[in-house]
Amino acid sequence: MSVLKFFTRRTSAPAARERLQLLLAHERAVFGRTDLVAQLKDEILAVIAKHIAIDPEKVRIKTDTRDTLATLEVDIEIRTPNGGLKLAG
Amino acid sequence: MAEVLVVTSGKGGVGKTTSTAALGAALAQTGQSVVVIDFDVGLRNLDLVMGAERRVVYDLINVVQGDANLNQALIKDKRVESLSLLPASQTRDKDALTAEGVERVINELKGRFDWIICDSPAGIERGAYFAMRHADLAVIVTNPEVSSVRDSDRIIGLLDSKTEKAERGETMEKLLLLTRYDPVRAERGDMLKVDDILEILSIPLLGIIPESPEVLKASNLGSPVTLANPLSAPARAYLDAARRLRGETIEMTVPSEKKRLFGNLFGRRAA
Repeated sequence: MSVLKFFTRRTSAPAARERLQLLLAHERAVFGRTDLVAQLKDEILAVIAKHIAIDPEKVRIKTDTRDTLATLEVDIEIRTPNGGLKLAG
Repeated sequence: MAEVLVVTSGKGGVGKTTSTAALGAALAQTGQSVVVIDFDVGLRNLDLVMGAERRVVYDLINVVQGDANLNQALIKDKRVESLSLLPASQTRDKDALTAEGVERVINELKGRFDWIICDSPAGIERGAYFAMRHADLAVIVTNPEVSSVRDSDRIIGLLDSKTEKAERGETMEKLLLLTRYDPVRAERGDMLKVDDILEILSIPLLGIIPESPEVLKASNLGSPVTLANPLSAPARAYLDAARRLRGETIEMTVPSEKKRLFGNLFGRRAA
């Protein structure tokens, strides 16, 4: 080992830490997805239900992940007095 | 009311069985009644680590399937009276476990013990799922090593979604048990530090078990390390962890071996 190398010795633990943080951020997004969707669905429905009556059967939720882009699609049918107005968001 | 604890990790070989035996014995040493259950059907080892391998007659599968009752299958430890073992089957495979059967056994054990400690198999399949299913709290055994930390993170996700507690909308208490830790190598920067792992996994710490030859010596003898050598560094770490499980506040340290020059020279015995 040269003198220079001795003084600039790089430790390996910081690399382990960085690699793990990057990897787990990604894996949590993938594996944790179903739970996140369930939670979002419950919370979104709760907010809407505060104002209008909704039929839980008429709710569709879809997520998609492509590379760095994740989408959440919520489709809720809302019954109105004058027929079925449909709200999508 | 009995506390159901699962010892899990995802990755194999990190010390689940060793830790189940040591924590089980340590809790029993404080006077609690404890049963340790081996869920590794087909690859049982808790019996061997606890030195009860020649006393197994009936096992978890026999009880789950109603071929034996708990009194027949439970093996009482010869060293600590309040410690019992429910071994796994060595000849059957994990498909012999049923959800209803496991639930019935756990419920029956709840009436008899203060602690029910479920030793999970490695992986994220059926056996691991049954081991965590009824838990009130989880001890996640992790080595300071990237693959172990990654698998622990995955297991934490499953504990938060696939357990009865999670399905009831409650939060599973998850505690980190860091094993095979070497403070010198961590300080040198060549091993993940305790704080790195805590930050990555963001769960509270139950204990730090130092890397030590005493752990292998204890398993050679078929004895939990807290019984084989209660004054050794890993035993003290496990005994502290057990007291934390009972709600005591104990300062977090990494115990080290006390150097006894003459003791080591003259008192050495091959394990």
